[in-house]
Amino acid sequence: MKRYPYLPHTEQDIKEMLETIGVSSIEDLFVDVPKTISPEELKIPESRDEFTVKKILMGLARENKTLDEMRVFLGAGIYYRFIPSVVQHLASKPGFVTAYTPYQAEVSQGTLQALFEYQTMICELTGMEVTNASMYDGASALAEAMLMAVRISKKPKVILSKAVHPEYIRTVETYVKPQGIDVEFVDFDEKTGRTDYEALKKMISEDVGGVAIQQPNFFGVVEDLKAAREAIPEKVPFVVAADPIALALLEPPGSFGADIVVGEGQALGNFPALGGPGFGFFSTRMKHIRTMPGRLIGETKDVDGKTGYVMILQTREQHIRRSKATSNICSNHAHSAVMAAIYMSALGKEGIVEVAKRSANAAHYLAAALKGKGFDLTFSGPFLFEFVFNAGQDYEKKWHDMAEKGILGPLPLERLMPEMKGKALAATTELTTKEDIEALLEAIA
Amino acid sequence: MTIFEKSSSGRRAYTLPDQGIPDQSLGIEDYLLRKEKANLPEVSELDLVRHYTELEAKNHSVDKGFYPLGSCTMKYNPKLNEDMAALFRYLHPYQPEETIQGALRLMYELKELLMEITGTDDMTLVPSAGAHGELTGMLIIRAYHLDRGDTKRDKVIVPDSAHGTNPASAAMAGYKVLELKSSEEGLVDLKELEKHLDETVAAIMLTNPNTLGYFERDILKIAEMAHEAGALLYYDGANLNAVMGKARPGDMGFDVVHLNLHKTFSTPHGMGGPGSGPIGVKEHLKDFLPVPVVRKDGERYYLDYDVPKTIGMMRAFYGNFGVLVKAYTYILTMGKDGLTKASELAVLNANYLKALLRGVYPVAYDPDGKRPCMHEFVADGSKLLKETGIKTLDVAKRLLDYGFHAPTVYFPLIVPEALMIEPTETESKETLDAFADAMKEIVKEARENPELLKGAPRNTPVRRLDEATASRKPIVRWTPEN
Repeated sequence: MKRYPYLPHTEQDIKEMLETIGVSSIEDLFVDVPKTISPEELKIPESRDEFTVKKILMGLARENKTLDEMRVFLGAGIYYRFIPSVVQHLASKPGFVTAYTPYQAEVSQGTLQALFEYQTMICELTGMEVTNASMYDGASALAEAMLMAVRISKKPKVILSKAVHPEYIRTVETYVKPQGIDVEFVDFDEKTGRTDYEALKKMISEDVGGVAIQQPNFFGVVEDLKAAREAIPEKVPFVVAADPIALALLEPPGSFGADIVVGEGQALGNFPALGGPGFGFFSTRMKHIRTMPGRLIGETKDVDGKTGYVMILQTREQHIRRSKATSNICSNHAHSAVMAAIYMSALGKEGIVEVAKRSANAAHYLAAALKGKGFDLTFSGPFLFEFVFNAGQDYEKKWHDMAEKGILGPLPLERLMPEMKGKALAATTELTTKEDIEALLEAIA
Repeated sequence: MTIFEKSSSGRRAYTLPDQGIPDQSLGIEDYLLRKEKANLPEVSELDLVRHYTELEAKNHSVDKGFYPLGSCTMKYNPKLNEDMAALFRYLHPYQPEETIQGALRLMYELKELLMEITGTDDMTLVPSAGAHGELTGMLIIRAYHLDRGDTKRDKVIVPDSAHGTNPASAAMAGYKVLELKSSEEGLVDLKELEKHLDETVAAIMLTNPNTLGYFERDILKIAEMAHEAGALLYYDGANLNAVMGKARPGDMGFDVVHLNLHKTFSTPHGMGGPGSGPIGVKEHLKDFLPVPVVRKDGERYYLDYDVPKTIGMMRAFYGNFGVLVKAYTYILTMGKDGLTKASELAVLNANYLKALLRGVYPVAYDPDGKRPCMHEFVADGSKLLKETGIKTLDVAKRLLDYGFHAPTVYFPLIVPEALMIEPTETESKETLDAFADAMKEIVKEARENPELLKGAPRNTPVRRLDEATASRKPIVRWTPEN
């Protein structure tokens, strides 16, 4: 009999188990299953030993150029940031990795407390009152936020800024349209790169049930949330998709009257991993808690009066409310959220500001240097660690050439927005050095 | 104690490299800048390590002990998978395709393998979880009908034994949901189905084996009926672990198939996620897949955004790639022989445990205890409740004292006092014996000393928690006052 390390059964075990069951073979247990295929016909290779599998995967890994061996200026939602070793080590603990959803709270206090602390930290960053235990990613979190806005307002139309990440916009459309919700777009100001708040004000009508903008927006421009909120009537939910590191420096959306704040959390100690898994964070106000999607952790006491944590308000969720649930979400990105909590704890109050400021320093230094080389910034609006510049009509080709030389240059925007041909989105982080910038300037010239 | 209470101003657990860049003025309007810093905890590296080590110790996990949660497939999560995922961490989704050929090839090959396992013709790896896949699948079905000008179909049929995500996903896709009453055998009732199948039905969502652990033996007939009525058949892959190498959903007649890589393909559950929920489709639904789809052109692997009638995007980027690496590693390791064996042993384990509990715990829809189940079975605690006043909840909590995780409880909804038990193939006979012994002991305790169960658990980091107050007066974040 062939042995498999993950399968414990000896021949003797199987014999005894079949006897106990009272059948003569395992096949007898499959009586109801139509034999649509025999395993021999499957075009799947035979099992392999661990060493060989490792070699195969290492071979595939070698066919990639990793961020660690490149000078990185790519962002647009996923960032190459420093993750201290301690973060990965703690997140890798099997008690976190191989646990399930904390349905039995008494033996899941580690998960529950870690998520409760995570919820607190995200509330601190967003300036909101309640945060759920995570969504899949920033884009799907924004889509769920727009559905929630409509649940609150009961109005059938939402407005998105055109300066929101194009893939987020597409995700929102995919999610909301089947429910009969219309999506309209407000332009950005071509000079500043900010959402056109005046135009937004004019678009508001009786049937608008939610407005979303991104902070900083897709172009890296810091939006004026005060002006945005003033353009939106109080009863229309205001949704902000925010970058969590940026929120270390920026006044949180909660201060400007946002109703829902979401975002991609990868920048908080999660690996770029080709775009996933990171996680979506989702915050709102207490008054909306019963309409929010996803799992929520609350503090309580046990029968001995000891503090503990449980999943709360589960009657919003699919396993109880079924077709009337606030969302179909079940599995979330809890592990990624806990990894973010570990990262935020490693950085602390001062550290996250330092990370944000250093990232912004590099961007501003790079922007000035690019200007010096004749590459003007496309927008005049203020920015933190991402900005758009006029890279020239031949930039896409140059971008590929630079990658060859070990530079992951600023993103050619036409890949996501055809109308932005010749423009590029540059991103920097606390890992960007002066040497990186000099190498980019030389290669791009 | 929370990490906030362990915080002391001035401590930190990180250092950053010198960038060689002078401090810059950012030119942002003052009113847009933070006045008060976000109050994140300040701890040293050792404080941080102790805190999370302490939290980890309070969790039950697969690595620690038996985790027989029905419908969740809590199988062993191989260490090799984790190591292999670490080789692919530092890749940016927008890198030029020529610099990520290895990653794209991995995705392509995984897709091919999963299509072979499920018997489907194309696949998206984008969905991040089972429910995300369900929504993707239902949107594909919706787009398919509308594309054919078939606008009357406004409802989806879901059995009353289905996971809550099924009706919730159908509703999110804009459908009304019709719950189908199960037959006396706990299967799809063909007569009931016939009554409801008409030109307004867009799809039937089925889990097979179903959540009771029984295989829908009329599946070929059901598929025929659905297709005759113009409806499509959707496969919830939560229970694929029972039939790998035995039967393929595509061959059973399913048009759309979702997989849970975090169940069947051994990627860890991570306290609730991230998972991955690829969707396989038959030829006639290919053009509706969400973008991007991973494809191959000669020797070049690429992301195809040009899918003619695509439903759009389900999230940003390409899905949970890190999870895909683990599933791919698992499939390479197990091979077709190992995957088939895994399903056989999963079914053997469930039937063995069911046999051990014969006469102790009645099993739903199996009056004489002789009906074979698939990879899981549902015990019915209503007799015990009637005789002793002990609820399934009490049994579940008492199991925690014995060092086992409880089965899934009170699901499926059609079985009173349900205990849904899925041992998985990675558990040994000795573990199953020990679990059965604990269950027998607990039933004995229920008769002799019921207070022991009502007061359980006692050996856990906390005891029963006041969930009602927690939901009535929610405390959802730490503050210095609470």
